[in-house]
Parts: sequence; C-alpha cells; structure tokens
Amino acid sequence: MSQAELTAAHTAASFNEDSGVDSGLTPEEKRQSKRNLRRRKLIATAFVIPLIVFVLIAFIAPIGTMLYRSVYHPTVAQLIPETLQALQSWDESGNSIPDTATLNVFAKELHYLAKERRSGKLAEEINRGLPGSSSTIKSSARKLKKLDEATLTSEGGEHLLAAKKQWQDVRIWRTMKSSGEIFTDSFYLTATDLTRNEQGEIVARDTNIYIKLFAKSLKIALLITFLTAAIGFPLAYYLATAPAKVANTLMVFVLLPFWTSLLVRTTAWIAILQTNGVVNDFLMALHIISEPIEMLYTQFSTVIAMTHILLPFMILPLYSVMKGIDPSYFRAALSLGAKPLSAFCRIYFPMTLPGLSAGALLVFIISIGYYITPALVGGTDGQMISNIIAFHMQSSNNWELAAALGSILLILITLLYWIYDRLVGVSNIKLG
Amino acid sequence: MQFPKYFNFWHKLGMHSLRLTAWAVLAFLMLPILVIIPLSFNVEPYFSFTEGMLAFDPDAYSLKWYAEIINDDKWILAIKNSFLIGAAATVIATVLGTLAAIGLSRADMPLQRMIMAILLSPMIVPLIITAAGMYFFYTQLGLAGSYLGVIIAHAALGTPFVIITVNAALSGFDYSLVRASLGMGASPSYTFFKVIMPLIRPGVISGSLFAFITSFDEVVVILFLAGPEQRTIPRQMFSGLREQINPTILAVAVLLVVVSALLLLTIEYLRARGERIRTGQIS
Repeated sequence: MSQAELTAAHTAASFNEDSGVDSGLTPEEKRQSKRNLRRRKLIATAFVIPLIVFVLIAFIAPIGTMLYRSVYHPTVAQLIPETLQALQSWDESGNSIPDTATLNVFAKELHYLAKERRSGKLAEEINRGLPGSSSTIKSSARKLKKLDEATLTSEGGEHLLAAKKQWQDVRIWRTMKSSGEIFTDSFYLTATDLTRNEQGEIVARDTNIYIKLFAKSLKIALLITFLTAAIGFPLAYYLATAPAKVANTLMVFVLLPFWTSLLVRTTAWIAILQTNGVVNDFLMALHIISEPIEMLYTQFSTVIAMTHILLPFMILPLYSVMKGIDPSYFRAALSLGAKPLSAFCRIYFPMTLPGLSAGALLVFIISIGYYITPALVGGTDGQMISNIIAFHMQSSNNWELAAALGSILLILITLLYWIYDRLVGVSNIKLG
Repeated sequence: MQFPKYFNFWHKLGMHSLRLTAWAVLAFLMLPILVIIPLSFNVEPYFSFTEGMLAFDPDAYSLKWYAEIINDDKWILAIKNSFLIGAAATVIATVLGTLAAIGLSRADMPLQRMIMAILLSPMIVPLIITAAGMYFFYTQLGLAGSYLGVIIAHAALGTPFVIITVNAALSGFDYSLVRASLGMGASPSYTFFKVIMPLIRPGVISGSLFAFITSFDEVVVILFLAGPEQRTIPRQMFSGLREQINPTILAVAVLLVVVSALLLLTIEYLRARGERIRTGQIS
C-alpha cells in the first residue's frame, strides 16, 4: 500500500470514529481509541521534533534573516537620527528645502559624523539614491568639521548652504528622507532594475543589469535542462532495456561521476577546455584547427561543464521510470501495425513523462542557482545570478542588495519546488 | 546484439545508433574524470599533456605533485578539516535524520507532507542563498569562523539525504514487529536498537555516507562561513583554481575520485543488501 493510500485509509478510519456511525464500539472504547490515536501522533511527533528544531535554527532562521535583511536597512537612520526626526514635518512634494531649524540640526549631525569619520558612510548611502551627492556631502562635512558647536546650533544651516550649492536643491533632501526609512523596498527595486524618480514614482532604470542576468540564468538553466534531457534520454533508454547485468555494470559509469566531487569535475573541464588543453591539442594534432580556440571562461564552458555535472540527475529518475515500463506495450503497438517512430512517440514516450519531468525540474532547480562552476569556468560571459549575489556579498559589500537578489531567486526556486512536490512528491526523490 | 526476427534493416539501424549514442554519452560522463588521472602524474607544472607523456616516456611522469600534498601544511590541514567537519556533521545529521524519518513514516504524523517539504528544503535551496543567510545569522550568534558553525551548517545540509534513504528503507517496514516486541515486554529503546535498527541499517548507513559526501564536497558555505582555520579540501582547491593553477590540484582530484569510488561501492553493496532485507531473502 502506498503512503497516500495509507493516509486515506487512516483518514477514513478516524472519520468513522468521529462521526459516530455505528461502529459497534461503546463510548468508553471510542474514548480509548481516540486517546490511542493522540498518543501515537504524539510519539510520531516526538521523533521529528529534534530535527525540526535543528533545521529551524540552523537553516530556516538564516534564510529568514536574509529575507529580513533585504528590506531592513537602518544605516542612514542610525547616522542622522535627529535630522530625520526634523524632516518628518517637512513636505517633500513641495519645491522648497527644509526650514532653517532642520538645516541646523543636520549641520550639527554632519559635523559630528565628520569628527567620527563616518561621514563617508553617509555619503555612500545617499549617493546610491542620488548619484553625484557623495562629493557634496564629503566636502561639506570637511568644512563643517572645523566649526564649533555654538556656531552650528545658531547658524549651521547657513554654513551648510554656503559650503555647497547642491544643498539648495530639494532632491538631496528628498533622497535623505527616503533613505532614512528603516524598512525599504529600494533594494528590490534595484534588483529588478527599477528606481524611484523625483516624484517618488517607480520607473525603469537606464541600465538593465539584473533583469538581464536573471534572464540569462534562466536561459542557461533551460539550455542545460534541454541538453541533459536530449543526451540523457537515449542513455537511460539503453540502460533500461539492456540485460540486467550489462545495465548494472554501465550504471557505475553514471554513478561514479555523480559521486565525484563537483570541484574535481570542474577541474577536469578546466584541464580539457583551456587554451593548451586536451581538446585544443587534439584538434590541432588532427589539423582541424591551426589556432587554439578560446573555450574556457566563456558561456560555452559553463554550459558544457554544468551539463556534465547535472546529467546524472536527469538519467537516474528517467532510468527508474523506464525500468518500470512494460516493454510489451511498445511491442503490441508495433505488432498492431504502428510505425516504430509513431509507436515510440505515442505509446512509449508519454509513459516516460513522469521521469522526464522529475529529472527536468530537478536539473532546472539545481542549475538556476549554481555558483561554483560558473565562478571557476564562466569568465565574465558565463556568470549567473548566484555569482552577482556572491559579488555583492564579498566584494561590493552591498549585503542588502545581495539579500534582495537572493530573495527573488528563492521565491523562484520555492515556486519550482512546490510544482515538483505537486507533480512528483518530494518524498519520492530517490538517490543513486 | 541479438535482434528479434521481425526486425527489418531500419529497426536494426535504429538500435545500433541508439547503442552508439548511449556509449557516446557514457564516454562524455567518464572521460573528463579519467583524463585527469594521467595529467596528475605530469612532471611539468601544466594542466596539459606533454609530448613526452604521449610518447609514454617514463621521465615525463612523476609522483612529485602527490609528494607536494604531503609536504604542504595547508593541504594537510585541509584534509584533516574535511574529515573532522564531515564526520561531526554526519553524526548529527544521521541521528536527527533517522529519528525524523521514523516519525515521518508513521501515518499518524500530523502535517506530514508539509514537514517533509520543509525538512528536505536544504537540499533544494541554492547554496549561495543558504550561505549568505547563514553568514548573516551565524555572525550574530558568533558562530562564523568557528568549527561549530561550519559543522552545524553542514549537518543541516546533510539531513535531507538521511531522511530520504531511511524513508526508503522504512517503506516496507512492518510495524507489527514493533508492537510484537513491545507487547512481549521489551523496552522502547531495546526495541529501537534490536528490532528497528537492524532492519533499516543499510538505509541509515547509506544516508550517512550521503551526508558525509555532502559535507566533504561542500565549498560555498565554507567560502562564506569558515575562517582560515577551517579551510577544507574543496575550499583549498577553489582558491588554487582561482589563483595559481598547478597539478597538485589534479593530484588531490585523483585522490578524491578514489574516495568517491570507495563510497560508491559501499553504497551499492548496502543497497543490494537492503533490497534483500526488504524482500526477506536475508535473515
């Protein structure tokens, strides 16, 4: 009996207990059986609880933190709290800059930031919202640093306006007010190549980086899924129809790569595809080419290495489904007069679809978020969305943007995972 | 190849080209792995075949890259770390995963499908997302750059595999054995170790091997979470491939292929054994 049938039978049983349909049990016996059921549920749960707690802390909480980081950005609010307080009452939709009192407060805070050497951080943050404002803030901070506190309290605003004419511009104040929000959607806007214009409306950015990268990752993942299916299908079919002894031996050639370290396989592709690598040497020795072809550090090398790495994920589910298909259907179609091709397309192929869809979804899900192989063999052309997330985590230190990009990717994966669960059932995943 | 009598020329051609394609795909799977073996014995510091190697000149081959591994403290530390972190993560993943799989296999388990989906999610979420999230969260807990942090992270990544294999081993499990054992007065823990465990042992062991290889092969989380103290073999290979490529990496790669082959053989043996236990051909 399958798990689903068991559950169904169980539900039917408990339904009978509850509805009081004549089951021939006394009320005491019914209570007893309910107690037993509760006890069994409790025992089953007790086995699972330790892992649930562990996974919640070790895995789900980190993912939650990342989602939170993608909208939570208190940096500016921590740098200039009093200015933001004062800006609360200012109407940013108008065309006048904030009043003198607010300017004084800001001048004072900028003075302190400059003294603590933190004005650069503010400049960086505001510059993200309004490119070019970094120098305004930095040079003003240098000038205000020299003034004393009393001057700043009374006429800080004037000094500020005198320091740089950009402070007369209402845009920089708008940017400061909006950057001061602790919870922001701005990283999601950046991650989808959108931005807010001066009126606060959401508009497209001039540069189209992230959407393009998402599209490219999807395209590469689709291509890899197609390639693994195209070359995995014949092999899986051959293995499924070969005599058991041959199939078992050949299966080792599928499983050994599957078990071999990802880095080993990536290393192997570097050795094969590089300028003086095996493929180029071979082609030159045969005089097919006279100059080595640049294959490594391109999109081509990413695709071929990932196809190699993910191929077993396609072959294994296909094989296990094909193994269960009774060959007599196909023979029956042939003997009833179907042409082999049409018998294959209309009888055999539809029966392999569960395996094909399982393999395709698995390969697609894994390849869309791949990091290591593109990072090592991809060059600039073969980078995928994961690589830009790593870049923002490690090099540009824009963690919030990395988190926003990661969250979008996560939503995409969750959707695919949900489809996979509906279609295949996650508990039906088989290994090896 | 034997063909049925009713096969005409086109059928045979089709079968032959199928076989040819299948072998070509097998070659595509295996050749990249086989190619690195001779390259790791290259006497020159390159990733490519030299003329001497192609002429099978013994002087063109050497073991010096293997010696290099043994003489390099960084590689020795990496090897130690890989086994230490892998073993610790495997123990945690196996214990928690086995218990959970037993609980989940019971029809009495509430919210079974949803819990299963959540517990298997570490396998599906891209590692870069896991790694970034863990970096944010573990730093707050002070676990970044520590062995404990890396071990916990790897244990979390390994549990789905244990659940899957133990779940498969439990698929034919007869729970009346448990009732019989308890009914005859055995304690629950005695029943667990003497009745349940012997029957699901192959599944538990292959699950733990999967958990081990997951940790052993993992590099993205290590990149984000580990300090220089916790560098593992894949981490060392990653920086080697990015900075200065030399055949030491190929020598390490060959050693890793040997490890994988051993693990594969063990798993296959266990699977065959598990199959026989389930079908009652073994006592």
